[in-house]
Amino acid sequence: MADSKTIQPEEGALVRAWNWLTETQVWTSVFRHTAPINDRNRVLVMLSNVFLHLHPVRLKKHGVRLRYTWCMGGLSFFLFLNLTFTGLLLMFYYRPTLEYAYSDIVGLREHVPLGIMREMHRWGAHAMVITVWLHMFRVFMTGSYKPPREFNWNIGVIMLVLTLLLSFTGYLLPWDQLAIWAITVGSNMARATPFLGYEGPGAQLLAIGDVQLVHAADDVRFALLGGTFVGEGALLRFYVLHCVVLPLVIGFLMAIHFWRVRKDGGISGPL
Amino acid sequence: MSKDQKPSIDPAGEKPKAAAATPKPKAAPPPPMNPALAGKTTSAAAVKRPVVKARAKKTPDDTSPLMPRRAWLGLAWGSFTAATAGCLAATGRFMFPNVLNEPPQQFTVGFPADYGEGVDERWKNKFGVWIVRTPFDIVHEGPGFYALLVTCTHLGCTPNYLSAEAKFKCPCHGSGFRETGVNFEGPAPRPLERTRIVLAEDGQILIDKSRKYQQELGQWLDPESFLSV
Repeated sequence: MADSKTIQPEEGALVRAWNWLTETQVWTSVFRHTAPINDRNRVLVMLSNVFLHLHPVRLKKHGVRLRYTWCMGGLSFFLFLNLTFTGLLLMFYYRPTLEYAYSDIVGLREHVPLGIMREMHRWGAHAMVITVWLHMFRVFMTGSYKPPREFNWNIGVIMLVLTLLLSFTGYLLPWDQLAIWAITVGSNMARATPFLGYEGPGAQLLAIGDVQLVHAADDVRFALLGGTFVGEGALLRFYVLHCVVLPLVIGFLMAIHFWRVRKDGGISGPL
Repeated sequence: MSKDQKPSIDPAGEKPKAAAATPKPKAAPPPPMNPALAGKTTSAAAVKRPVVKARAKKTPDDTSPLMPRRAWLGLAWGSFTAATAGCLAATGRFMFPNVLNEPPQQFTVGFPADYGEGVDERWKNKFGVWIVRTPFDIVHEGPGFYALLVTCTHLGCTPNYLSAEAKFKCPCHGSGFRETGVNFEGPAPRPLERTRIVLAEDGQILIDKSRKYQQELGQWLDPESFLSV
């Protein structure tokens, strides 16, 4: 036949679109390496990506042994992320004033769909205190605080205190009787701080003539409460501490903590 | 993960097991093969039996009677994805509360006898409406009440009522409206909106802001946009 012709197999529209897409400047700027199918590429991808570099390129086998690590450090971090996210959402509804604080907490249960966001934050906070303690217990029992990990143990101790302070400051925010009296009792302990609390040992010595330098309206408890009793000033201070100051500090220390874990030889393993 | 890697990591743990098992664990000679089948895929029963034995020993989880490993993985990822999607949906829904602390859309404003003629400003701040009593309405051609929304039809500011000039004047861009609500100066493109106004069962005037009437759409003709007295 004279009019016969060869038919070339043509690429489909989808294939052509995919090829075009993966060659665009935007695509290649996001996916900068080929797939991590060999050792060299895996290292390259892990080290040049800010999200992937949070995990080590290689993990020691004992690092995933649940019976040894209990995964309590990881769970604490997971709970912290969870609490940050749920806390952020709660801030859309909660107002830290005498007029609104309690009713907003009730509204978070009654007026909001499902009504469990606040519960997730509350139970997550309880869980985080437990996991942080268990993490510390595990690290102690496995001797993982020993050199070269001494510095990281110190950071961890500070973060334990910060975790408890986050729990303490968050406890006031519902502004019910339990919250007010718990913080009243808790902050009364600050009165007995040596030199800094007005009932503490040594505070009487800080005087010029008859004038006391440390008294109820300028001691360390006053600085914490923003007043001489648990009132509006305390609510606002605890709110700012709970939502901004303490999370920033503990987040900063976490970054150091995780970096030190890597630098001190990865997750500690059985000797 | 699989048992064949374990001896290299933890040889101590594997030793007693290996000793208790058959005396020739790994160096077992391959089963005699038909020389004619060398290098070829075959389903001969002679070579099939040892293969099954080795597999069962190596990866016991692949022979689970419940479901194969791949199906389990699919189920796990599927349920994880579903749970994540559910959480995301619930989080999105969280931003839309079921209760609003906003002024009501429907309210009573007292009896008709409480109002004199002209524009009444007593509900402007609380409910956002002017109640106007007129001796003769241009649309309904009679005496009665209508309620005007205090929202400028230009960009949504709240106009002021200037009684000396008998007009509503918007402070943002200078739009002016007659007491009827009809615009006559400034950038506002259309008259102020009227709301539903009826008598409640107890004889009070009931305003319903969820029903609005726009003059340019001919909606001021609606009988519920005007309360005849």
